Amino acid sequence: MAEPRVAVIGGGLAGLMAAIRIAEKGGKVLLFSVVPVKRSHSVCAQGGINGAVNTKGEGDSVLQHFDDTVYGGDFLGDQPPIKAMTANAPRIIYLLDRMGVMFNRTPEGLLDFRRFGGTLYNRTAFAGATTGQQLLYALDEQVRRHEADGKVEKFENWEYLSSVIDDEGVARGIVAQNLSTMEIKAFACDATIIATGGPGRIFGKSTNSMICTGFAAASLYKQGAKYANGEFIQIHPTAIPGEDKLRLMSESARGEGGRVWVPKSSSDTRSPRQIPEAERWYFLEEKYPKYGNLVPRDIASREIHRVCYKLKLGIGGGAKVYLDLTHKPREVLNKKLGGILEIYEKFVGVDPREEPMQIFPAVHYSMGGLWVGYETKADGEMDMTHPKTHMTSIPGVYAAGEVDHLYHGANRLGANSLLSCIFSGDVAGPASVAYAKGLAKGADSVDKSIFDREVKRMQTEVDGIAARTGGENPFKIVDELGYMMLSECTIERYNAGLKTTRAKLDDLQARADRAIAGDSGKVANQSLRFAHQLPYLVQLAKVMVDGALARNESRGAHYKPDFEKRDDENWMATTLAQFDAKANGPSLSYVPVDARFIKPRPRTYGAPGN
Amino acid sequence: MANEPIKIRIKRQPGPGVASSWVDFEMPYRASMNVISCLMEIQRNPVDASGKPVDPVSWDCSCLEEVCGSCTMVINGRVRQSCSALVDNIRKERPGEPISLEPMTKFPVVRDLCVDRSRMFESLKKVKAWIPIDGTHDLGPGPRMNEVDRAESYKLSECMTCGCCVESCPNYNEDSKFIGPAAISQVVLFNSHPTGAMNAGERLDAIMGEGGITDCGNAQNCVNVCPKSIPLTTSIAKASRATSVRMITNLFDR
Repeated sequence: MAEPRVAVIGGGLAGLMAAIRIAEKGGKVLLFSVVPVKRSHSVCAQGGINGAVNTKGEGDSVLQHFDDTVYGGDFLGDQPPIKAMTANAPRIIYLLDRMGVMFNRTPEGLLDFRRFGGTLYNRTAFAGATTGQQLLYALDEQVRRHEADGKVEKFENWEYLSSVIDDEGVARGIVAQNLSTMEIKAFACDATIIATGGPGRIFGKSTNSMICTGFAAASLYKQGAKYANGEFIQIHPTAIPGEDKLRLMSESARGEGGRVWVPKSSSDTRSPRQIPEAERWYFLEEKYPKYGNLVPRDIASREIHRVCYKLKLGIGGGAKVYLDLTHKPREVLNKKLGGILEIYEKFVGVDPREEPMQIFPAVHYSMGGLWVGYETKADGEMDMTHPKTHMTSIPGVYAAGEVDHLYHGANRLGANSLLSCIFSGDVAGPASVAYAKGLAKGADSVDKSIFDREVKRMQTEVDGIAARTGGENPFKIVDELGYMMLSECTIERYNAGLKTTRAKLDDLQARADRAIAGDSGKVANQSLRFAHQLPYLVQLAKVMVDGALARNESRGAHYKPDFEKRDDENWMATTLAQFDAKANGPSLSYVPVDARFIKPRPRTYGAPGN
Repeated sequence: MANEPIKIRIKRQPGPGVASSWVDFEMPYRASMNVISCLMEIQRNPVDASGKPVDPVSWDCSCLEEVCGSCTMVINGRVRQSCSALVDNIRKERPGEPISLEPMTKFPVVRDLCVDRSRMFESLKKVKAWIPIDGTHDLGPGPRMNEVDRAESYKLSECMTCGCCVESCPNYNEDSKFIGPAAISQVVLFNSHPTGAMNAGERLDAIMGEGGITDCGNAQNCVNVCPKSIPLTTSIAKASRATSVRMITNLFDR
């Protein structure tokens, strides 16, 4: 067989890391991305990347990082992959350092580390407050080097539409669309890695970029791939409310000492700095003396939600609380948090060094995603080089990054996403090459008709929409979808509300299936593209709602006030959704969590009364 | 005028290489809107100011928080990101006049406000803007760095290849070969890194020939329009010095 050809879909951290590893292993990479890879959503990550390097003499260790991650994920995460990820974290940080990432330094010139949520250790390496951008650029540069050497071929401004699956159920390539010319075309490849990020667009406004639609994952799910733990959606406690998007205010603001508070009286109209200490309520510090403002995100978001909606103590009675950094020296803030403070200043018009920020929770990250498997070795550790590790339920298709389900259980810890994205690419890349090398016949010897029929299927879908008249505008429908999902499927979930939402989603599906492009343009037709994606997004929303409806317990980000406790006896299980064409929705099944290393224990973060 | 409807005039072009024309739009004002939310409004309700249905406007955007570089366009005659262009602020720039949106002029137009900036990424390839690591296998930590030098380099590493600098540069256009300020600044970034410095000569060579640093006319527009306040003219001066030294050394080494 000729050199293995792997299609990498998505040019964020996971996709780029996979591409580098494939190139190193002698494979040829076809790298597809809807934007120039340097503009991928990984740029938005701010605070840092976790790794127990223990440069502060605190006695931190990779096993402590492992335990924090499993506990933070409320014991829903399979433990061998999490153990492997945390064990490899220091190596990954050093690798990024060698690639030239401008990480902040200590006076001795070593990497500096800061605090993040869900841990008591300084474990987060950072480059100002634009760490994701800096890491993405470092990998982008390495990929460009391989591109110059001819090992990587980029298809930027191309969108993955579907996988080409042969009659044996094996993936033999992909179908993609050029977003400028709108051409739809098949690409033969021996393996595919889906690294397309999260599904924020399903919630209308979130901290995600506009490109994070979840379309690629939804398309593969509709082709039969299992989707795992869809109901676990992270709500980040601190975002800046906005007209077009909810911009993230990094957890590093709290890692560097930021304090969350509200005035003790909601009728207090004084400007925040006029309010004396005694009349402020630091509700996180009060309830969680040990972790304070650095409790995990699910907990912080619920507390803010409770303060604003149950206790009606949001600022001025509204849905906002203060995030206060004004007690920190200006120079320190600029050096460690510059990037995020500039964002606040630019979009709100207020200097957060002088006045406390006003923030509220927002949809941020999907712990769930395409189900991927892993193999273990005799000692129980994950086998990182096994061809089936990181493979989805469709042979030949891998998933890596936010779009996989593997590392965060029921709640992701801050600064673990940059790590899991890079680590999963680091594993999936070589695994895909090992798989490709073991194939009896390569994709180039597959009958052409297999590719033609998939191109035809996609072309027919797109042409059907372009020819359609009389339907609704897809951008209006997605607003409704977002509103529905935000109100019923985020911080607090009730079965009654979920049931109503599910019924509404069926209606919305029918409307989305008839949406029109309303654009006669022959090139860069963005409305046609979105009208094509929309029905898939609704399908994925059904996976999230059905998963949430079925899970009658509270665990991590999934919180049902009517089922307030975690129920390990019945629900320590990974949700698996598979598309059922007859029901036009998911059918759910469950597999037990692999908890072979750490026994589940109550997750209290030291709060009294728990 | 605060709550008056928003008037926008957009330079439209249905495809590459065809004529462009201005189209007026109007939409209701909401608090804290930016140019992106106006364009989204047109997507939801694609009609022009007279109420006539039109094709929705195409434009590039992604992060909406000014770190991805996608949504650069010329707004009221000035190049910038459309996400951070807040309606309240830009309406004050030309009171009583519609907000004007145009695609960048230094790149081929794909459609409407979308342009093809691949030339900028090609330039990064030309100057070898990367650290040539031996491989991703475990080789321990990277070189130690002084925090002061690190902070200076960090500034340069925030370049998002958005295109503002080259759009404003009188020496950069479709007919000239000038590589532009962004790529020159990347040479300075990588040559200042302890490992990158080992290959400094290669990067300098890349900006010494045709289209290189001597094509800079010192207009200094770049540094004024850079959304990340990257000290581009300082970078150009540093690169200029380094290339001069290299030229002389090359002469004597021959």
